[in-house]
Amino acid sequence: MKPIEPARRHFLQQLGGVAGAAWLNAQWPYIAAAAQHAHEAVQAGNPTHFEVFTPAEAIEVTAIAARIIPTDEQPGATEAGVVYFIDRSLKTFASEDLPIYKEGLLEINRDTSKLFPDVKLFSAATVEQQDRVLAEISKDQKPPQRARRSVIGRSPDFFQVILGHTMMGFLADPEAGGNRNYVGWKVIGRDPAHTFSPPFGYYDKNYPGWQPVNTAETGKK
Amino acid sequence: MTDSKVSYKTSDEVDFVIIGSGAAGGVLAKELSTNGFSVVVLEQGPYLTENDFSHNEIKILNEHYLTNNPKIQPTTFRPTPQDKAVKQPALVYGRCVGGSSVHFTANFWRFHEIDFNERSKIGEIPGTGFTDWPISYADMEPYYTKVEWEVGVSGRAGASPFDPPRSKPYPMPPLPVKSSGVLFENATRKLGYHPFPAPMAILSQPRPGRSACVACGFCLGFGCEVGAKSSSLASVIRTAEKSGKCEIRPNSYVHKIEIDKNGRATGAVYFDAKRNTHLQRAKAVIVSANGAETPRLLLLSTSPQFPNGLANSSGLVGKYLMPNSGVVAMGVFEEPLNDYKGYAVSRIVHDFYELDKEKLGFYGGAGFDARFDITPVAFTSFGMPPGTPRYGSQFKKILQHNFVRTMEIFGHGTSLPIEANSFSLDPDVKDAWGLPALRMTYSDSPNDLKFMEWMKDRAMEILDAAGAQTKWHMPIESNKFAFHLLGTCRMGNDPKTSVINPDHRTHDVPNLFLCDGSSLVTSGRGQPTMTIQALAFRAGDRITALAKRGELHG
Repeated sequence: MKPIEPARRHFLQQLGGVAGAAWLNAQWPYIAAAAQHAHEAVQAGNPTHFEVFTPAEAIEVTAIAARIIPTDEQPGATEAGVVYFIDRSLKTFASEDLPIYKEGLLEINRDTSKLFPDVKLFSAATVEQQDRVLAEISKDQKPPQRARRSVIGRSPDFFQVILGHTMMGFLADPEAGGNRNYVGWKVIGRDPAHTFSPPFGYYDKNYPGWQPVNTAETGKK
Repeated sequence: MTDSKVSYKTSDEVDFVIIGSGAAGGVLAKELSTNGFSVVVLEQGPYLTENDFSHNEIKILNEHYLTNNPKIQPTTFRPTPQDKAVKQPALVYGRCVGGSSVHFTANFWRFHEIDFNERSKIGEIPGTGFTDWPISYADMEPYYTKVEWEVGVSGRAGASPFDPPRSKPYPMPPLPVKSSGVLFENATRKLGYHPFPAPMAILSQPRPGRSACVACGFCLGFGCEVGAKSSSLASVIRTAEKSGKCEIRPNSYVHKIEIDKNGRATGAVYFDAKRNTHLQRAKAVIVSANGAETPRLLLLSTSPQFPNGLANSSGLVGKYLMPNSGVVAMGVFEEPLNDYKGYAVSRIVHDFYELDKEKLGFYGGAGFDARFDITPVAFTSFGMPPGTPRYGSQFKKILQHNFVRTMEIFGHGTSLPIEANSFSLDPDVKDAWGLPALRMTYSDSPNDLKFMEWMKDRAMEILDAAGAQTKWHMPIESNKFAFHLLGTCRMGNDPKTSVINPDHRTHDVPNLFLCDGSSLVTSGRGQPTMTIQALAFRAGDRITALAKRGELHG
């Protein structure tokens, strides 16, 4: 969702012309309200201080998230403001995970020193060293299984927890406090608009329209 | 926000108290109130409306905004009655006005003739409770039509050669095809099947007070901001309230049905939002609380007359749980599908609706669709090919390439009714109100596991024929989590082998009715809500007739 821009308004008016004024009238208040809500949430976001992390912890979280979704020619966790999302989450819906972070961040610095005795903090390690540390602490973990549909699970393991939170902070609706300026969605190709019309993708362009199969040929009833 | 035109006192003896406002409860509220009866609907969840909805997956999914919350409503699971149940999330259902119809995908397939009389056609299946329904497709047809026109279903009549007879076309054309639909249509035609536009409870044209679908995407799990998804909330609940005879009372958690010394229901006992207890008096009680909470409420409602739970003389309350068999295969294609836009499904096949048991060596029937319903956050866990790194540069590159190029082939099918598969009260775990938690006992039968393997092979063939560059499937294993809550207070003529009669009246309590997924005798081919609503429209007629003949008071 994003604020209704002139182009989008124009698009809606075009649709209104096709489908009739009733269509536009019926949906306009809803879309406007939803878009406005998201807009306000996004405006209100982008905090610059932390609620639960100390500055030192925030630096480590930022460093870990930056290896989970690195910045390359495209934005990564850092640009999406993942550390702010996680900080806010630990104050709100994920508050029970706070002890896992407090302990996990100490642990990851110890693990870093174990592998690289001269390095005291994960954030002070080189990128290559950081990747080694993460590979080490995640090597025995099984990926989650999606039996039939998506259920976001929860794991007590620190790396699993920060991995999940980083994905959320990168890819969830900016209303939740991450995915700043929709950078996560830009990376994966999701248009933040809330109204679409066909063709949606490559394969439904030039669709000729549905035609029945000749059932006599195939011998079906 | 509530705009009920009427409110009743708990001491008022209303004509009907309905427990649950979902797919069935909403329809019954509308039917009975517009027939002139006074109705109170007690809904355990909040009264949310379009302005409360969003597609913020943290708020909606992680914080259980629309659904049962395992933090306050823990559940337990065990594979068999011999196992000790373990505390874990075992099921999901809608916990708000409109119930699960608020967050569902909105596939709206009618059941076919075979769903009602399959036992007679293929014979006994030992070790199961597989049986015919006491009603037929012909009994249901007028009500399927009523659902399509009253709640709003888009589709194309006559498009599938396997469709059962219908008395009227759909009220509006199908939704536009998606890229997944085109790939699926071409692939299934190549394989000799008969793809057709999916019937969906989503408006392709506006209705008074409701927008046509704006194709925002991600229906499953979320409420529709524009009222295009034909939930009970967006459709029948509003009509019920306009009747001036129906009060929707949210945040009302019913935990007991009160019974008098003559064995008749006198009302429903519930906690309000502040956990104060009330008794809403009523001449008759209808439970539409879903296939888990309906049996739980009956099992909680013990009394000297009904020591094993209310309406449970058969001992079958909570048993024969059928969650539907399902398989998912996924494929990545060369060009972007952008299938996150739109609705989940635009094309389906029913060529596998009646499989040949003798030839294949198992019983089953299925429908397949092509879809994409995995939100971005969930996609990082559940949407990537096996072997993809979980994080880092390579992960990011694959994520970036795949999100817009992935689709799922989803096979939906029958579950056999097995008596041990059930919902019951956990002896140890309690919910936040101190009441026994739901315990699910479930193992897929060997038959259903074979059937799922077979479905998986078909799904993979379809992806092949569609030209997927990469394809894989979700593991085939026995379900430990239920989305479809079916069969747990089954309908039948014999009080020894069923809980309700064909009028949805319990065999044991003359003014107590059950109508929801629990009423189903067989599971259908994986899309039950249309049938739950058709049953509710039919029950509305049957119960009205009984009330008008004075048979609810006799």
